This record gives sequence, structure tokens and C-alpha cells, in this order.
Amino acid sequence: MPKDNGIGASTKRREDVRFLTGHGKYTDDINVLHQTYVHFLRSDVAHGKITSIDTAEAAKMPGVVRIFTGADFEGVGGLPCGWQVTDRHGEPMKEPPHPVLAQGKVRHVGEPIAAVVADTLAEARDAAEAIMVEIEDLPAAVDMKAALKDGAPKVHDELSDNLCYDWGFVEENKGAVEEAIKNAAHVTTLELVNNRLVANPMEPRVALGDYNRSDDMSTLYTTSQNPHVIRLLMGAFVLGIPEHKLRVVAPDVGGGFGTKIFHYAEEAFCTFAARQIKRPVKWTSTRSEAFMSDAHGRDHVTKIELALDKDNNFTAIRTETYANMGAYLSTFAPSVPTWLHGTLMAGNYKTPNIYVNVKAVFTNTVPVDAYRGAGRPEATFQLERVIDKAARELGVDPIALRKQNFITEFPYATPVAVEYDTGDYMATMAKLEEIADVKGFAARRAESEKNGKLRGLGINCYIEACGIAPSNLVGQLGARAGLYESATVRVNATGTISVMTGSHSHGQGHETAFPQVVAEMLGIDESMIDIVHGDTANTPMGMGTYGSRSIAVGGSAMVRATEKIINKAKKIAAHLMEASEADIELKDGAFSVAGTDKSVAWGDVTLAAYVPHNYPLEDIEPGLEETAFYDPSNFTYPSGAYCCEVEVDPETGKVTVERFAAADDFGNIINPMIVSGQVHGGIAQGIGQALLENCAYDENGQLLSASYMDYAMPRADDVPFYQVDHSCQTPCTHNPLGVKGCGEAGAIGSPPAVINAVVDALQSGGHKVTHIDMPATPSRVWAAMQG
Amino acid sequence: MYAFDVERPTSVADAVAALGKEEAQALGGGQTLIPTLKQRLAMPSVLVSLTGIAEIQGVCKDDDGRVCIGGGTKHAVVAKEAAAHYPALAELASHIGDPAVRNRGTIGGSLANNDPSACYPAAALGSGATIVTNTREIAADDYFQGMFTTALDEGEIITEVKFPVPEKAKYMKFEQPASRFALVGVFVAKYADGVRVAVTGASNDGVFRWSEAEAALSKDFSAGALDGLSVPGDGMISDLHGSGDYRAHLVAVMTKRAVAAAH
Ligand SMILES: Cc1cc2nc3c(=O)[nH]c(=O)nc-3n(C[C@H](O)[C@H](O)[C@H](O)COP(=O)(O)OP(=O)(O)OC[C@H]3O[C@@H](n4cnc5c(N)ncnc54)[C@H](O)[C@@H]3O)c2cc1C
Repeated sequence: MPKDNGIGASTKRREDVRFLTGHGKYTDDINVLHQTYVHFLRSDVAHGKITSIDTAEAAKMPGVVRIFTGADFEGVGGLPCGWQVTDRHGEPMKEPPHPVLAQGKVRHVGEPIAAVVADTLAEARDAAEAIMVEIEDLPAAVDMKAALKDGAPKVHDELSDNLCYDWGFVEENKGAVEEAIKNAAHVTTLELVNNRLVANPMEPRVALGDYNRSDDMSTLYTTSQNPHVIRLLMGAFVLGIPEHKLRVVAPDVGGGFGTKIFHYAEEAFCTFAARQIKRPVKWTSTRSEAFMSDAHGRDHVTKIELALDKDNNFTAIRTETYANMGAYLSTFAPSVPTWLHGTLMAGNYKTPNIYVNVKAVFTNTVPVDAYRGAGRPEATFQLERVIDKAARELGVDPIALRKQNFITEFPYATPVAVEYDTGDYMATMAKLEEIADVKGFAARRAESEKNGKLRGLGINCYIEACGIAPSNLVGQLGARAGLYESATVRVNATGTISVMTGSHSHGQGHETAFPQVVAEMLGIDESMIDIVHGDTANTPMGMGTYGSRSIAVGGSAMVRATEKIINKAKKIAAHLMEASEADIELKDGAFSVAGTDKSVAWGDVTLAAYVPHNYPLEDIEPGLEETAFYDPSNFTYPSGAYCCEVEVDPETGKVTVERFAAADDFGNIINPMIVSGQVHGGIAQGIGQALLENCAYDENGQLLSASYMDYAMPRADDVPFYQVDHSCQTPCTHNPLGVKGCGEAGAIGSPPAVINAVVDALQSGGHKVTHIDMPATPSRVWAAMQG
Repeated sequence: MYAFDVERPTSVADAVAALGKEEAQALGGGQTLIPTLKQRLAMPSVLVSLTGIAEIQGVCKDDDGRVCIGGGTKHAVVAKEAAAHYPALAELASHIGDPAVRNRGTIGGSLANNDPSACYPAAALGSGATIVTNTREIAADDYFQGMFTTALDEGEIITEVKFPVPEKAKYMKFEQPASRFALVGVFVAKYADGVRVAVTGASNDGVFRWSEAEAALSKDFSAGALDGLSVPGDGMISDLHGSGDYRAHLVAVMTKRAVAAAH
């Protein structure tokens, strides 16, 4: 019988009741008395010198409270970058200032120039139209390679050029890699683009700043994945507000996908302005603003070489990537193409020599930062595409080539500085072949051909580093933050529990899955446990949710805190039963004395803790509340194998995904239904990247895909029913739950499978296509078929 | 949005009067106009809502056997009520946008707007329909005058569209992946006196008739009759979603498919 409580149960998501019935409480649902509204006047040119801003007329417009420009922020800090990358020559990356409101220059379409605060939003917009801004247009740096040429327009005048850093990893491997490539029996080279994406969470960003003069307290309500991180960055680096005078609340958040990790100008603005005008200031992004102000994702241009010996063993991998940073460094931007990308370049394979070079480039575009998978999809895509290309060039089966090169012994230290603790790539591949019915493909292809369609099958593997991250390690790598997580388990007198966690749920289902863990440990019903998250005022300092870290790091903190609870509760139980603590056992929500029939219920013990009449006050404190911080000793390494089958209409180039199978190893699983849902969502986004989504700029830095009229999001009818399986489980060896994390896998593992399938389909039709860039839109596929 | 007043007349006469005010604009289902207003790209002082005018709603047949659709009829109503009379037209309506769009957007609004990628213009031109307004009747061939441009005068209201019913017809739409408007849409209709082929989505000049294909199909209504025929890529829309050549190629493919599927 499947479990209906605790770890392993597919408990229905309790938060969905409020989400699906319209009772969620999102940031925009919060309104504060005397609230004002801000409208940002944003740059409509990509690059230009601000020669004058005249707000005099606008300031006289009805309802206007105050107009802010860059000048008002001269004494205020810029937006900080949370990660410092050191380049190949030991030099720190270039880190130009990132102002809240533009100072002197505008550097991308959408950059805020001025902010009008008014009694109503309409009044703010009206007044913004009356602001006179003169901008002297400058040529824009848009294409990364062109931006690095001599004489290219400089995004930041004070820098020598547009190169943020030139990173080599591992620099000491470079010579050996060159040698291995020289001596290889075969080298496959592939140049590709990892397309720029806009995350587009369903809920656009919102910020509401409030200031209370009575206690000098600032409160920011914001759509964040990590309220404590925002408090730290904004309080300490931007506005100089001490942490105890700053509260950040991220209530229900309608999806983040990475883009709500970062500290944004609008958050700092609303908090700052509320203190200035002594009234709350609210900003709600329109979808149009989201396209030009939410940090974008991906945007790499890569050349990868894979060297093989005469027996088709991989001997070396060399990559050169241009990574777009956009106009400014967003909070974690520098880490994405480096530590979240270079470290994964070994994939699932035992390649002895690997060298990764990344050139991060400033351009006159929206800043680029982490988006679901962050760096790992880019690594996986190039690696799994080049392996597929190699298999075709060598005329070998792509699955066999992969299997031959799989890492089979664990722990495995890669040449790119990480150590995989566990995995079983043969098992996930075998499971994939089974659920995808790879054997039946030939028949399905024949059927498609009868209908005039080309059918292709694409396979790939992936490995990701999740459970981000060991603080001491990331500290060495340039992180300016620790990446532990925290939990406070507060047991109430009657035995119910509130768990305050630093993790943040914005769709992941923590409110359901986290109680399952505590329920399992205590042997009580999940419904007795609630999760509290998203408010710095009532949760311990935590680093939030991204990098598939919540259950692995946040869940582990919760386990540690619950262990402390159990230890103390056992002491109380021992006292109540006049037994020795060592003999106390906890099972099914009751404490018993080993070898006797004596027992006390969970609720009796918790009541005793808060009504300590008969209580060993000399030995233990009353109350039952414990906090733990957990810092992992390693990343976790989820892995898997994915298979996609597509049909291509040879007359129009339209690709349809007919089948998609995913075999993942996430280690132990808390709630299989939620895990499947995470994989489903990730695959939809991966298919979106592979076939539909494309954030495009023209040569002047104008955003061409600035709305849903031109930016294609995946919809229900763009994706098939998935076969997903997570029965292959090699538990993580270093966290107490043995979990690995599942949030990003789908988005990491799916794009190469789709493109491998498209190439397979086209080749089956006799087209000499060896690669097609994402998104493989009908027009691109058609053009590729024309040769 | 800028502030505006709203009027809700219940007759065409009252609507025409209301539209006589300065900067007044008709509001159909609002599926194009409201987003435009939200972007502050238009600044009417009065919106005259046509949704309360019963006389421009609904689908019926006239004495000449034409299917007559009130200018204020929603796409969803056409999808349902025209199905028995003119299946190809009903199918076209049933694939416009999503349910929310189809339950607000109107045929009059679509034809008045004449978006170069919209579907109805292909049906109207491909059927040789007559666009009836509060002042006159306009033949489809005279009505469409380039993208977003029509024969309508200021304040003129589309009250009805009359579609002669063909023996066979079919609309084939190749969707632009993001908007799902027509990247290329071809409406083919076979009448006793000849075949009409109207193409939307493709041309910089908006919806157009492909006369070569019409001539070939009038002789031989089969996909094979189109072999070797093509439209030039010059003058076709070229954007993020496809080059002019690609669109020109799709015109031929979609026309063949429409002929093959016509019923
Ligand atoms: C998400 C989405 C998807 C869509 N997909 C498609 C699609 O696939 N294919 C497609 O063809 N269209 C599509 N549309 C457009 C849709 O069909 C609109 O309904 C149509 O373009 C406008 O009709 P409306 O009644 O909403 O007009 P409104 O938006 O109210 O008005 C549009 C214009 O027409 C004028 N007007 C309105 N009614 C009349 C009238 N009776 N007489 C004279 N002038 C009038 C208005 O003054 C305005 O200038 C889509 C729209 C959306 C929002």
C-alpha cells in the first residue's frame, strides 16, 4: 500500500487549495494605508548619455508626491554583486557600479531613469510623460563577439573594455587538454548558441516599501525567493539600514525560476522612497516591464571540442564560451557561467582532461543571471550535443557511446573540481530505454513516414550540482555569502508544530513536503505541522530557495532541529515515566520505555514542556523549540537520462514533440507526486527553450520579443504527456535525508534531447543538418532543410 | 490607460450619434483596443461600446442564401451558429485566440482593425463577402486597403457581414508560435463561378488574393493544380518568426492543404 503520511507519501499539495481558489496572498494583494504608487520612466534606447532631465512640469501635475532621479541616489549605494570571479590571470572581475536609477548614462532598454511617486498609478504615469529627458544616443554593444573588438562601444566608460572576466577552468589543465586533442583519433567540434530566455513567472515582480516613524522600522514586501538575502544586500550595501530595522516579507510568490532571487533596483527604490516621503510606495510590474527589467537567462555562445581515442573513449573536452552579462552585474550573474557551468562539464562521463574558458561580456542589454538550472543547462546542452554529433560522425549508437564513457565508480572526482558522491548512470539509462520504449522507435518512425512526417529520437544524460552549497567551498570560489539553511521547529503545548524555515516556497510545495519529513520523524500526522516562511521577522536567517537546495539544505536543517526536539522530548518523557533516558523509544507518536508497556503520548510530553508542573526544571528548560543551521559538506548530484521523440513536418519545418521520457535519480524522495510535478514543469520549460522561447535584440539593442505576441511560451498543447520515473535512487551520502533535489532537472535535461531528436529526424529525411540552434522554430528548421 | 468615458448605446443610430463626438471610438470586444489603451498608444475621450446593440448580434441566412453575421457577433457565437451553414467559416472562428478572446472579440472589430495577421480578413476576402455598415455596403475586394487600413470612414460602424456560401471551402492557418495569429493563413473557397484564394499573415500589404492560384483552381480544383505555382518572397513580411521567403513558401503549402481539406 502506498503511504499516506510522512516520507514517500504522495500527499496532495495543501497550498493548492488557496492558490486554486483565488485565496493566495501575493505581494500585490497587500495594501497599506496612505500608500502611494511609483511609475518608473524607463529608457527606450539601449545606450545613451543623459544630457538633461527636467522634472519641473511633471512635479506640478496632480497627485504627484515626489519625483526621483539618479541625483537623489548619489549618496546611496549601488546594487551589489554577490559573487566575485577571479580571472585566468588572478585578477578580480570588473565590477562597474549598478545604480538604482540611471546616473549619467543609460545602458539598456528598460533601465529606470526617473521614478514618479503619486497618489494613484494613473497620476504617476501621467506625470512621467511630462518629464523631459534628453538622451544623446550612443551606438550600442549588442553582439558579444563584436562587443569585444577594438573600438566597440563601451558599456561602461570607466572600464578598459567590455570584458568582465576571462575565466579558465581548470587553468592548470589547459596544456594537457591541448595535448590530448592533438593526439586524439577523432575530434568533434560544435559551435552553438544557448538562447537568451525571459523567465516569465506567472506573477510579475512587485515591491511595496513601508516606513514606520514610530519605531524607525522599514518593511519591504517583495516577490522574492530569498527575503533574508534581500534584507542583507539592501540593508547593508544599498541603503545602510541596520538589519534589525529592516523587515523583508515575501508572501505567496507566483513562481520565480531564478529571476526572483536577485536584488532589484525597484526593491531598493520603494524602501528608500518610503523613508523619504514617509508614506508607503508600491510598484507592480507590468508584463512589458518584466520583459525589460527582470534578469534574463542563458545567452551563451559556445564552441566545444570533444576528443576521442581510437576506441571511442573520451579523452578531452575543451570549451570556449562567451557569456552575456548584460549591462550590469546582477546579484549572482558572474557565478552562472563559471562555477555553475564549468564544474559540470564532465557530465556523466569519465573524461580525463577538461578545460573550460568563459569570457563574460558586458552588452547594452538587460542583465543576465540565473534561470532554472543556471549554468548547468548550458553545460549539459553543449556536452550532450557534441556527444551526439560525435556518435553520428563515428557512425556509432549514441546510447552505446554514452554508456561506454559513463562514470561507474563513486565517489568520482572530476577534472573540474567537484566530487560526485553517488550515481548509477547505467541504471537510469536502462530505465529510460524501458520507459521510452526505444526498441519500438523504428516502428513509430515508419508510421510517421507513412504520414509524410520525419521522426527523430534524441537521448541525453545530465548531471547537476544541487543543494547549493557548501559555504566554505563557495567562499573560496568567490561567493560573498554563506549558503547554509536554517529551521526552527516550534512545538506547541498541544503537540502541533510550526516550522520556521529560511527556505522559500514559490510553487515548489514546501508547505506540503516539509511537514512530511517532520511527521515521519515524530510519527505524527502531517496535518499537525505547518510551515512558516517568507518573513524575516518570524523565520531564522536563511538563504532561500534556488539551485534545487530546499529539501537538501533546508530540509536537512529541519531534520537537525527535529532531532534536537526528539532528544529533549525523550528527556521529558523519561522523567514522566520515571525511566532512564537511554531506554526511551519514539514510535508512532508515542514514547515508550524499552522492554516495558509504559508509554506516554507525544501530546503529553509537549504539554509537560509548557505546563511544567511535574518537570525536571533543574535539568532541562521548559518549552520545546529548537533551531538548527545546516551547511552541506558537498553539492548533491542528481542525474538522469532523457529521451525525446519529435515529428518534423518537412513542408513547414514545424516540430512537434510526440513523446518525452525522463528517468531521474534524485536520491531519496519525500513526495513522489510533487517530484513528478517538478520534472513536468522543468521539461515544459526545456521544451520551451528548445523549440519556442527566444529573447531577441536587434543591432540597436531594441528588444524584439518584448511581449507574448513575439515571445513564445510553451503551452499545454506544445508538450506531450510525459513518462517520468524516479525509481532509480542512489541516496546522497552526506545529508541526513539522502535527498538530491529535483527542481531544475527537467529544465537541464530536456533541451539537448529535443535538439538531438530534431537533428535525427532531419537526417532521416536525408538532410545534411548536423546542428540547429535553439529555438528550433518552424522557420529555422525549414531554412536548415533548404541547406 | 488614459481616462475616458464609456457610452453604451442600444441601437446603431445611438451609437452613430455617440461616435460623432470628438475623439470617440467604437469598442467591440476590446481584444485589440483595450491592450492598445493599456499601452497608452491611443487616447480616445469616449469609448462607444457596441456590445449592447441587439440588432448587430447573431447569425442568420438571407434570401440569397448568404450567411449574415452581425458586426457585433462574437467569435464563439460564429463558431457555434455558423457551423451548419458555413463550416469553414465556423472553424476559422473557433481557432481565433483562446476561449476568452473568442467570447469577447467580434467579427466587426476584427475586420475594422484589419490586422495583417488576423483570420477573418481572409474569410471575408476569400468568400467575396459584403461588409455592411451604417451607411453603405462595401465589397470585400474594395474594403481591405493594406495593413490596418480599410475603406471605413471615421465613425462608420460595421453592422453586418454577408458571406455567400461556397460549395467547398477551408481555412488553413499556420500559427505564429508566440501570438498564434496567422504566420500565414489561406482561405480557399470554391464557388460555382470560380475559386477564391485569400492569404493573410504573409504580405506587407495585408490580406490579398492569390489570383494565379485562383485561376488554376478554377480550372481544376485539386492540390495538384497548384504544382509549380508560387508567390514571390519580396513584399512578404519578414520578422523574427520567418523570412519573406519562408512565408511565401508557406502560402503555397497552406493553399494546397486547404484545397485538399476543403469540404
Ligand atoms: C490573445 C489574443 C489572441 C488572438 N488571436 C487571434 C487570432 O488567432 N486570429 C485573429 O484573427 N485574431 C486574433 N486576436 C484578435 C481578436 O480576434 C480581436 O477580437 C479582434 O482583432 C478585434 O475584435 P474586437 O471585437 O475585440 O475589437 P476591439 O478591440 O474592441 O476594436 C478593434 C478596433 O475595431 C474598431 N471596431 C470594433 N468594432 C467595430 C465595428 N463593429 N465597426 C467598426 N469598428 C469597430 C474599434 O474602434 C477598434 O479600432 C487575438 C486577440 C488576442 C487578445
